[in-house]
Amino acid sequence: MVKINGADTDMAGKTVSEYLALTGCNPKLVAVERNEEIIPKAQYDTTVFEDGDTVEVVSFVGGG
Amino acid sequence: MNFLEKENLTSAENEPLNFLEEKRRIPSKEEMQRALEERHGAELQKKFASASVAVCGLGGLGSNIAVSLARAGIGRLHLIDFDKVDITNLHRQQYAASQIGMDKTLALRKNLRAIAPYIEIVTDTVKISEDNLRELLIGDDIICEAFDNAENKAMLVNGVLEYFPEKYIVAASGMAGISSANGIRTRKITPRFYLCGDGTSDVTECSGLFSARVMLCAAHQALAVLRLLAGETEV
Repeated sequence: MVKINGADTDMAGKTVSEYLALTGCNPKLVAVERNEEIIPKAQYDTTVFEDGDTVEVVSFVGGG
Repeated sequence: MNFLEKENLTSAENEPLNFLEEKRRIPSKEEMQRALEERHGAELQKKFASASVAVCGLGGLGSNIAVSLARAGIGRLHLIDFDKVDITNLHRQQYAASQIGMDKTLALRKNLRAIAPYIEIVTDTVKISEDNLRELLIGDDIICEAFDNAENKAMLVNGVLEYFPEKYIVAASGMAGISSANGIRTRKITPRFYLCGDGTSDVTECSGLFSARVMLCAAHQALAVLRLLAGETEV
């Protein structure tokens, strides 16, 4: 199981890019951290979620 | 006397022209410092005074964050924005009607100087991008993300966390519209990344921006900065 934004998911084995595409998130509007470390945007295609990971995907909205 | 007449009598037109610039004695640096120490405690005030905080974007969030931090006696404020003051900014941003057309960096520096005459204020009138953020932010301890555009918010947060793993970023997402104040909160996403706002109220979907709600979010960000400087890392 991979915990993403507090919910258990079966995303183990998926890359960050694959996860974002599956959930309809625009990669330009997010920050993704795994086990309290930021995943650089350049590594979204190659970083694979693993069983036991805790992930937070922050989707930014406009306004300020 | 009806409301309108009363209003007319108290409008700026009937004030002396220099009412904002009235010359009174400004307290000395030592007096200001003593007053801050009285309110915050000497030990904490020393931490505030030795901090350098960047405010990226000087709109509804950034101008209000900067006012809070200047009042708290943060030693060095780094103000960054490329934009000029517009009439549509006045409903929520810390500028005067007489400042329309001025660079926000210069207008805010002037307004902060009136509040906190002795803090160091550094300005950069540029648009922050992936290419210049490393150079711009290298001297700051804590960075406040205070943009209005979602893509720019994500760019700055990712850039800071990637290039400066030792710095803190305090960002905001979701403060548009007129929903309850109680939806605005501060979350600790990683030990270096704090996020304020309700997370969902997008300016493109909600009906506008309201001063009080944007200021709430800015106050969350400013308080997160002060708490970090005080060594309080939990939310």
